[in-house]
Amino acid sequence: MPAAVKKRRNALLLILFVLALFPLFGSAYYNELLAKIMIMAIFAMSLDLLVGFTGLVSFGHAAFFGVAAYAVVLVSPKYDPGNLLVVLPAAIFSAAAVAFVVGLFVLRTKGIYFIMVTLAFAQMIYFVFHDSPLGGGSDGVFLNVKPELRIGETLLLDLGSPSQFYYLVLLFLVVAYVFLRVLLRSPLGHALAGIKSNEHRMLSLGFPVFLYKLAGFVAAGGLAGLAGFLSACQFGFVTPEILSWHQSGNVLLMVILGGMGTLNGAAIGAFAFVVLQEVFSSVTKHWQFLMGGMIVLVVMLLPGGLSSLPRRLRGLLIGGGTHG
Amino acid sequence: MAELVLTAKGLSRRFGGLFANKDVSLDLHRGVLHAVLGPNGAGKSTLINLLSGDLPPTNGQILYRDQDISGWSPDKRSRAGIGRSYQRTNIFPAFTAFENCRLAAQSRAPRALRILSKAQGYADLAEAADRALEQAGLAERRDMVASTLSHGEQRQLEIAMVLATRPSVLLLDEPLAGMGSEESQAMVALLQKLSPDHAILLVEHDMDAVFAVADVITVMVAGQVLESGPPEQIRASIAVQEAYLGGGESDNE
Repeated sequence: MPAAVKKRRNALLLILFVLALFPLFGSAYYNELLAKIMIMAIFAMSLDLLVGFTGLVSFGHAAFFGVAAYAVVLVSPKYDPGNLLVVLPAAIFSAAAVAFVVGLFVLRTKGIYFIMVTLAFAQMIYFVFHDSPLGGGSDGVFLNVKPELRIGETLLLDLGSPSQFYYLVLLFLVVAYVFLRVLLRSPLGHALAGIKSNEHRMLSLGFPVFLYKLAGFVAAGGLAGLAGFLSACQFGFVTPEILSWHQSGNVLLMVILGGMGTLNGAAIGAFAFVVLQEVFSSVTKHWQFLMGGMIVLVVMLLPGGLSSLPRRLRGLLIGGGTHG
Repeated sequence: MAELVLTAKGLSRRFGGLFANKDVSLDLHRGVLHAVLGPNGAGKSTLINLLSGDLPPTNGQILYRDQDISGWSPDKRSRAGIGRSYQRTNIFPAFTAFENCRLAAQSRAPRALRILSKAQGYADLAEAADRALEQAGLAERRDMVASTLSHGEQRQLEIAMVLATRPSVLLLDEPLAGMGSEESQAMVALLQKLSPDHAILLVEHDMDAVFAVADVITVMVAGQVLESGPPEQIRASIAVQEAYLGGGESDNE
């Protein structure tokens, strides 16, 4: 086991190295695409905490992403850069707070009902922003100036600069990954795994299961908020579409595509999804048709998702070797 | 007199028009092993479910150390010290035997907010888990994944998990079901060892085991208590013999 952990750590360090050096060689277009992928990876990993590790299939995860994105715009001054140290916590806090309130209701349901009720709440929030002037209605709202980090007179970080933004996203990707890994090995993480495995027994062992699920739900919502914050800062405008059920569905597909309950899988899924979206949409405007087919193929041929591919290949090679 | 721990007063549970339990009363004392016998459908599992909180009673009261706990949730009762095992094995199949028990022990020392600490790093939980495995005779299977254990071993794990929560009341639903004779003997020995410090309610079909370990036996038929008393009284009771031998119900042994 330690050998496998070491191997995984080496692979992750290699990926980190590549991501860190990429902007030195890549074009502006690819840098932006890669930043978008990393943001989606944070988003997908946050959902994996619920779907893959707690057994809660949420179909409304975009709500927290979107609420945080709107918070960025609403908290920032109209014609001046917002303070990163205010805007970022405000975005994450508002997403976590909404997750707390939504969780109080949806976590009382199970299975298919949970899926439907999370969807219903997300759609309610979607229509709040779509139909009220709060966030510019259906047109959305612009973030005129991106946040910055300034101490005294010195400008430390300007999110309007693509390269600085890229490295900030990379930093947060690492932070989110480490946060989730630490969380999963903690007593809370083990309890969530127990809830996924056998919720009834967890109750009879004396765990206040509802509170544990709520804690996981709020943590996942807050992390989705981090991704929403980054997304608003990257594109400079926010529309209600980012908290619609399409977005919730997309992030769920990323997790399934990459493989649930592995964390790495969610990130791989986000990468594959965004890249495939780019490739397919450059081929045809009916790209969703190709994407749908791709997902059906992966689910049928690779039940563990793309992240299980190396293991399967190795099994195939070793299996073939003994037979040959 | 031994310390009175758990009391059921006139417990009833109705499913539609059927009384699964009707006006059942019994007392559990610390140091007294109380067995419940009865043909299939007599309401023994329902009684355990009522006491553990898995089912709310239709009528009646449950007192735990003089507190009315009739409305308490299963997890609250468990935390208060009422542990139960299940007739159908109810474990975490993908975890190791050790992690099954470690998680059970963790429920006594909630550290949900210490998200920076390692769950596996708490020596007290590991100790409690290892002791429970040892007691249930599973020490050698410590690091095996639970789903790969034999049926009998999974039954032992079921008990080990309850022990890891260090309960003062044990509600055991057919712990011997599906065990081999050697495993059964070990389990009977374990029950005898646990009996002095616990209040135990044992639902079991194995008559030999029941008469070997029970201090008090309650016989239930059709959801009601037929007779309750020391083993000699039950063995001699004509009503019990009729219920078991007559009335179309066969002996379940």
